[in-house]
Order: sequence, then C-alpha cells, then structure tokens
Amino acid sequence: MTTTTPAPALRPAAPSRPRPDAPESGPWVGRPVDRRDGPTKTTGTATFSAEYQLPDLAHGWLVHAPIARARITAIDDAAARAHPGVLTVLSHLNTPRLKPSPARPSLLDMSTMVGGTSVDYLGTDEVFFDGQPVAVVVAESLEAAQYAASLVQVDYAPLPAAVDFAAAAAAGRATPVKQSLGMPTLVGSVGDADAALGRAAHVVDLHFTTPGHNHNALEPHATTAVWDGDRVTVWDATQGIDWFRKHLALRFDVPVESVRVIAPFVGGGFGGKGSVWAGTLLTVLAARVTGRPVRMALSREAVNRVVGGRTPTRQRVALGADADGRLTSVIHEAVLRNSPVGGGPEQVVGASGDLYASPHVRLATSMVTLDLVPNTFMRAPGESTGSFALESAVDQLAHDLGVDPLELRLRNEPETSALHHRAFSHRRIRELLHVGAEAFGWADRTPGGRCDGSQLVGHGLALAYHPAWEFPANVTLLLRRDGTALLRCGFQEMGMGTATIQAQVVADALGIPFDAVRVDYGDSDLPIAPNAGGSTQSASIAAAVLRSAAKLRRAVSRLHQRPGESLAQTLTRVGRDVEVSVGSDVGVGAAATSVRFIATTLLNQRRWVRAASEAHFCEVRVDADTGEVRVTRWVGAFDIGTVLNAKTAASQLRGGIVMGLGLALTEETVVDGRTGRIMNAGLADYHVPTHADVPHIDIHLLDDPDPTMPLGVLGAGEVGITGVGAAIANAVFDATGRRVTDLPLTLDRVAP
Amino acid sequence: MRPVDYVRPLDVAEALTLVAERPAARFLGGGTNLIDLIRQGVERPDTLVDTTALPLAGIDTALGGGLRIGATTRNSDLADDHLVRTRYPLLAQAVLAGASGQLRNMATVGGNLHQRTRCPYFVDRESPCNKREPGSGCGALEGIGRSTAVLGTSDHCIAVHPSDMAVALTALEAQVELTGPRGTRQVAMGDFHLAPGETPHLETVTQADELVTAVLLPPPSLGVARYRKVRDRASYAFALVSVAALLDVHDGRIRQARLGLGGVATTPWRAHAAELVLVGAEPTDEVFEAAAAAELAPAKSLPDNAFKVQLARRTIVATLRRLRADGSAS
Repeated sequence: MTTTTPAPALRPAAPSRPRPDAPESGPWVGRPVDRRDGPTKTTGTATFSAEYQLPDLAHGWLVHAPIARARITAIDDAAARAHPGVLTVLSHLNTPRLKPSPARPSLLDMSTMVGGTSVDYLGTDEVFFDGQPVAVVVAESLEAAQYAASLVQVDYAPLPAAVDFAAAAAAGRATPVKQSLGMPTLVGSVGDADAALGRAAHVVDLHFTTPGHNHNALEPHATTAVWDGDRVTVWDATQGIDWFRKHLALRFDVPVESVRVIAPFVGGGFGGKGSVWAGTLLTVLAARVTGRPVRMALSREAVNRVVGGRTPTRQRVALGADADGRLTSVIHEAVLRNSPVGGGPEQVVGASGDLYASPHVRLATSMVTLDLVPNTFMRAPGESTGSFALESAVDQLAHDLGVDPLELRLRNEPETSALHHRAFSHRRIRELLHVGAEAFGWADRTPGGRCDGSQLVGHGLALAYHPAWEFPANVTLLLRRDGTALLRCGFQEMGMGTATIQAQVVADALGIPFDAVRVDYGDSDLPIAPNAGGSTQSASIAAAVLRSAAKLRRAVSRLHQRPGESLAQTLTRVGRDVEVSVGSDVGVGAAATSVRFIATTLLNQRRWVRAASEAHFCEVRVDADTGEVRVTRWVGAFDIGTVLNAKTAASQLRGGIVMGLGLALTEETVVDGRTGRIMNAGLADYHVPTHADVPHIDIHLLDDPDPTMPLGVLGAGEVGITGVGAAIANAVFDATGRRVTDLPLTLDRVAP
Repeated sequence: MRPVDYVRPLDVAEALTLVAERPAARFLGGGTNLIDLIRQGVERPDTLVDTTALPLAGIDTALGGGLRIGATTRNSDLADDHLVRTRYPLLAQAVLAGASGQLRNMATVGGNLHQRTRCPYFVDRESPCNKREPGSGCGALEGIGRSTAVLGTSDHCIAVHPSDMAVALTALEAQVELTGPRGTRQVAMGDFHLAPGETPHLETVTQADELVTAVLLPPPSLGVARYRKVRDRASYAFALVSVAALLDVHDGRIRQARLGLGGVATTPWRAHAAELVLVGAEPTDEVFEAAAAAELAPAKSLPDNAFKVQLARRTIVATLRRLRADGSAS
C-alpha cells in the first residue's frame, strides 16, 4: 500500500512572480504550510504498523531472559503449547537459523549499519543481555500469546557478566577508540593541549556523568508480516525502509526484490527505529514458520529491554584560557559503553573541535564493553551529552573570569575549525547569540540570579552545534499535461512533515501550486529514500528533487517550449506527460551512487565544517527549600540554513528542546548494577517531560542558506536537543551557585 | 495477561458473597493499579469483582458535621466536590496532586486506599521481593533505592506507600468503614495500613472477605491546611516527599497541628512526634525545625535515599512556615 497525499484534478499553473495576496502562489519553500498528514493523525485514521488487518492474522509475544549472561539449559513450553489458541512456541530448539548480521558496517552498503545486535535470537542457547528474547509465542489472539508466554519455563546456567558502567569506567576498563575515515570525530589532537593547560592563566577542569536514556517513542516497535512463498511483505515501524528491506533479505536469505517494506507512518523513532531489532526479525520469522500473517507490537517494557538506548557517559572537559578569556587549550575526553554483541561509539567530543578557537585541542573517546542490550543511536547521539559537558565548562570559565558567558563565546569565535583548521561552510554563531539575547532580554537579567519568594531564579545560555550530512536519495518526478505533478520516494512520515515540505520544494522547482503536487511515500516499491537519521533526510531528498526538476525542465525544453511558457503550459500544448528519475535503486547505477557518495562525503569533510547551530537561552526557577527545578522560559535562535517550512521546522526544533528538558531534568534508564536489569522500563518511572514541565518555547530562525548544501538546508532534527542540558545546568548554577555536573538535574543534586 | 473471571455485582451483599466463594478473587475499583499489576504478573487473581456498579458512590454530609465519602467515588469527583474543596481543601489538593487527569477519572477512593507500592523490585516479577513473594528477599535493600522509604521500614521491606490521598486522610483523622460477612466496622486511618515488619505482604487491615464501603471524615478542624508534594517533574510522578499539614495558631501558640508524610514511609505516615513538639509551642522557625527533627530522628536511610531525610525536614519546615503566613493573612 502506498500512501498518497491528495491532489486536485486540475489547477492552473502558478504565475511566474509570487503574489503575496494569492496564497496559492509561490514561492512555497519556507512558508508555514500545514502538514498534509495532520488531519489523518489528529482524527486517528492514519494506519500504523500494528493496525493493518489481514485475514487469519496471528499474534506474537516475546519471552525474555531475565539474566544478563547465561546458557539456556532447558525450555519447557508444554503448558504454553497446551493453552487454547496457541499455534507454536518458537525457540532455539525448533527454529530455522537466520543468516548472520553483517560483521562490520560498510559505507559502500549503508544497510549494513542497521543490524542493532549480532545476537542470533532464536538460533543460540546463549544469553548476552537481560531482556534478550529467547522464545516467541504465536497464537490466534494477542491475549492467548501474552498469557502463554508467561507459561514458558526457561532454565539458565548463569555465566559471569559485567554490567555496571560506573564501576567499569571508574576501574579504568575502557579501551580507546580509533578514528575511522569519514565518520564523525571521536579522536583528534592539535598542538599539545595538556602542556597548554598546564601553562594557562585560568583553568576549568570538570568531570561529568550522563546516564543511559531510552527513546520511548509514543508508538512502540510494531511489525506485521506475511509471506507468499519466498516473498514477504512487512509493515514495520522503521526509520529506514530500504535499509530494513536489505537487512531482512540478507537475514532471511531471499532476494531484495522479494522483500517489500511498507511504512507510511511511524509514531516517533528518535533513532530507536533506525536499526532492525528483535521485534521486526522475530515477527517476520514467526510468519515464515507458521505460514500465517503475524503481528507483534512490543509492550512498553519489551521496547526498553530489546531495543538499545543512548550510552551513559563519563566525561572530562578541561579548558585553559589566557587572562582575557581566550582559550589556549580544549581537552574533552569521554568514556562510553558498548556490548560484545553490538553498539558503538558516539561523537560526544566532536563539536569540541569546532565550536571554539583554541591553538591546542585534544579529543579522546574510549569504551567499556558491558553485557547489556547494545547501545544505539538516540537523537543527537554524542552531541546531546557532549554539549552538556563542554557548554557547562565554558559557562564555568566565564564565571571564574567574571565575564558574561555570551561575551566569552564571542571572544572565542573561530575563523577556522580549531581541530582541523578547516573552513566553515557557513557560520552564524555571532548572529545567533545576538538574536537570541535580544529576544530573551539577556542583558536585562540579574547575573547570579535573584530571589522571588521561596524561588531562586536563574538564567542560562548554551550553544548547540550539530554536523550536517547528506545521503543519496532516489526519486521519480512526473509532470502531467494537466499541470499536476507526482513525486515518488520511499521515505516514511515520522512526524517531521516530510511529504509536505518536499511537495513545497517540487511546487517551486516546477512553478506549480503546492496543491497540484502529490507525493507517494512509505513503500519499498518506490525509489530509495535515505534513513530518517542524522538530520539528513529533508536535505537529501530535496537535493534529489532539485536534480529531478532540472532534468524535467531539460526534457520539456526539448518539446519546443516557447519563450515565456511555463513547463505545464508546454505540456498542455503538446499534450504530453513527462516523467524523470534520479538515482538508481539497483545494479551499476546503485553502485556508482555509493562510490560517488563516499567520495563526496570525504571530499566535503576535507573542505568544510558544516553544521546546524543554535543559541539556547533559558530561565529556571529553583525551589529554595526543595531544589525542584522548573524551566519557565525558553528562547532558541537557530541556524538550520534554509527553512523549508517555518511551521514544521519550529515544531521539530521545539520537540528537540522538549526532549532536551527530559535529558536535563528527569530522564535516566536505571540499570541495577548487580544484575544488568533495567528497573524503570515504563513511562510511569522513566520520566519524560509532561506538558506541565514545558514552558513557552520561542523559536527564531535565521533562514540563511548554507552555500554548500542542497537548497541551503542544514537539518533540523537534532540540533534542538543539543545544548539543552548545559543551558539548564548553567541557569541552575546562576540561580543557586551550584555547578551540577551529573545528569539528570534531580532535586537531590540541586538542593543545598 | 492471565485469564480472569469478571463479575459486576449490583449490591454489596452479592459482592461479598462472590468474594467469599472464591479465595483468589479481588475487588476491582477503577483498575488503575490492579490491572497494571495483573498484566505485569504481580497480582494473580482468578476473579475480579467490579465494585463500580455498587451503590457506593457519592459524598454526603454525615451526622455531627463530617462527610461520608462512598468507596466507589472517583478521585476526580472527590477532588471536585464542593464540600470537600471548601471544608477539606487539604484532601482536594492531595487528590489533585496524584496521578494524571485520566487516572483520577477512573480511580476510586476504596481502590486508592489499597494502592500498592511502586517499588521497582515489587513490580518486576523477575526480582526478589518479600512483599510479592514472602521469603524471596528484598531486591531494594542493596539495589536501586531512590524511591524507597526511610520511616517505618524493616529488614524485610523498605517499599514506600505511594498514595497522596491517603496521606491527607491520615492527617484529617479519617475513619475507614469496612463491610464484611460479620457486619460493618470502622478503622482509623492511622491503624488501617500496616507497617511491613516481617510480613510486608500484609498491607492493610482489610480482610479478604471485607470491602471498604466508605471513608468518614470528622468535622473540619480549625486552622489552615495545605498539601505540598515534592516530585521529579511537575505532574504525573509519585512523591519523593509530601507533607499534609494543618496548623491552628491561637494567641501566638499552636493550638492544634496535624502532619502527614508521604513518599518517605512504608505507610501513609502520621507525624505524631512532630505534632507533640508543635502543640502548645510558639510557631517559630526553631519550633518547626525541632518538630521535623523529632519526626525524622528514627529515619533509617540508605545511600540512594539519604536525601529524603533532609528533603522531608526542609519540606515540613517550609510547609509550616507557609501555613503560618496563610494563617496570619486570613
């Protein structure tokens, strides 16, 4: 099934010049157009992965290992099988093995990055993390599957396990990470940062910790799968239709063409749906074994147990500065964790090489390996936690020097990146600081906070810096003689408004009204779209749209286009429709795309530092008696390059800030250090912000195109959450004089 | 979820008979806690006897000037009731501080009194817990303990009582009316919940064949009252510390003081030791501090929950100071 957005039968072509009084005329890019998926979401008619009705649908439910490392010694599923309605109980005793996950990711085939873990769930008697699925019950009803799962008895022989991050990190069991070519910065050095720190007139040297986090998207991971011979159709909550398709083809040993992945709507992902986790694989497997369509929507607890989350961190940021507050040394070290069966490092320290001028920089990342569910991407992996440490340390330096933290940042604004001496493609940090400060009234605050009754009021500032990337995207674009257009691209609508903003791009590129553009998406039968990850999707698809529109214009010009005639007018006159494609999904064309992508990525990395950036300004109120922190005011000034849609962009950025409030104040995946078991695997105990925790958030957009990115777009998905932790911690410091270096900023850490 | 029988009797006698016939039956109120626990495999009843069709909802004036609150009254109706809001604002504040709007719309007064702890080791069927499985040990004693109790604990259990409403009812000296095959009896709120001791699985005096049919409030006391809840986020979070306080100052001396504590104890905690310090004394900061210190002297903390002792002290004092100001303003 393909989701389409409505298009009217016939509309006149747009006039060549925009008329502000005519809302149907262009330009469309930048305009705060309502999301096309809005009505279907708000009326509950959008169909999600667990809602497809198929005849003879069976239901799956997972049985989890309650132990971190073990071998399964026995499985007694007799009672489960005897329960009415149960079709089968799948375990390593009776299930065909899948092909292994790719051993290591390769840039040549990006789908190799989506195996969340190498665990061969039902192909092994070995348990690698608490919560690992060891059996799947398939039944005629959800209720029967759930209850029967509780009847499966599994015996384990425990194995030694290392599960305590704090203990392992403190014991120095971390292994240094090496820098890979083309990947975000994990390690780097220029000059001699340690010696420079020793000589510095002013030194700030702070240690930080941040806990693990889980995505907790509103929609749980959910899959519906049906096989027809060796062909399978999978409705899945995925951030990457094509990469999932290729991964499933590999694991189930069928041609890629035999796998169809459908995902028009995804109820939030934040990175948690960027990899193929147990729910997807085991639903497809259960459908294959039973020969029935199978649906499995994971419980909230199961999502927490089988899908990785953000790594906890231990960090050190040491800053040396001269008497004027100019940085002479920046040291940022991070300890992260992975697992023997997956997970990887994050760019916690990366921005510290780009954000400020300093002749000496040293960045280092190391990892401890723990027997826990592998860590994975979560919104702004690395930047969200690394910016907490860096921007807290900069704030402390400003305080120690007696300099306004805004002024200190202006003094350390670099000409080129400190670590690599590369040019910035575009840099607007000064403007952001000025725009944000003006909107917030930064100059009018009382530095050091003030008292309002029993509340301490403080203000904080932090910068956010998030690299901009671009991935290949394939599209087809059809312009018809009736003046309507159809864009086809296999992305999913995950709340960002992708279909809406790409329709805006098409409308301007072809000079037709927004309503004349239909967008088909959400299906692997469509041309390949990149993953929704790394804040790349909008820019990447927009680039392909622009290329396809150029190609289409060339095709139309060959149809004896007359001077002054629009594309649509030419097609109407000659009575033809024209369709063009950009990118190739298969064969030599696809391989060429990969090679070109790698070459371009590496070349661009050497030429420029590109990033979206932000200046956060906030006000907090801290209860003087209890230490409760409530955020009461927020201004975010953003440089995300060109703004494609002012409404969806602001919404995306607000969402990031709200998620940052959780990171700063409440969110923590609590792991029992004795057992490796997550002890708050649910929304009652894993505290995301409630409405009452979110203040008015004032968003300012520079809307200044980056000259090196397609359409000037820098990506808006992750810069919003970046820096929020530090902005709040800095405001708490302003209010209370307490520098809290451990997240979350719970009252017991803030209270005197 | 485990299969259960479900019945919805229309009168109390029928409900009591149903429960008497089935030892593994449980009464069901709004289901906001019990259903979750059944799903999690923590509670394992074979029958749910739904109480919400019983003629027990409603709030009426009682003889002598108090209130009679029917056991199946929804929490949101309780908090919204004019008599409750005007005469027992402490109770309305406490109820509104709990859970979320959706949960309060479902939760009943009788169910709230039997609300079970949120201790992570209790709600996780894979962890040891003396409350869930007597004799299996306590996972919290050396485990994740930020939410656990510092008052009323034992070597067998340190789980905190989660209710806001019950803390206010304790301070208000409410009575719980229980109806069973042997008739009706009343139990003071202070005696209704049981400290864990060596039997943490026993949480209230309610017998298996008894049903809470009402909560009785004595006539309102003089003075001013306030419920202060301290928590990790602004809404939808259990208390780290809560204080239900009532203060009546007359001629510069405290004539009456009632103090209930939530979030720090294994039961809705009546702060008798603090009240003893307060009554008859001048309402000074020093007296408030002494009262808090007296109550918290027996507190036993662990590294994870040690902050609660200081937090409780500061919240008690801050709430009393606020009431002193409220009282002199009125």
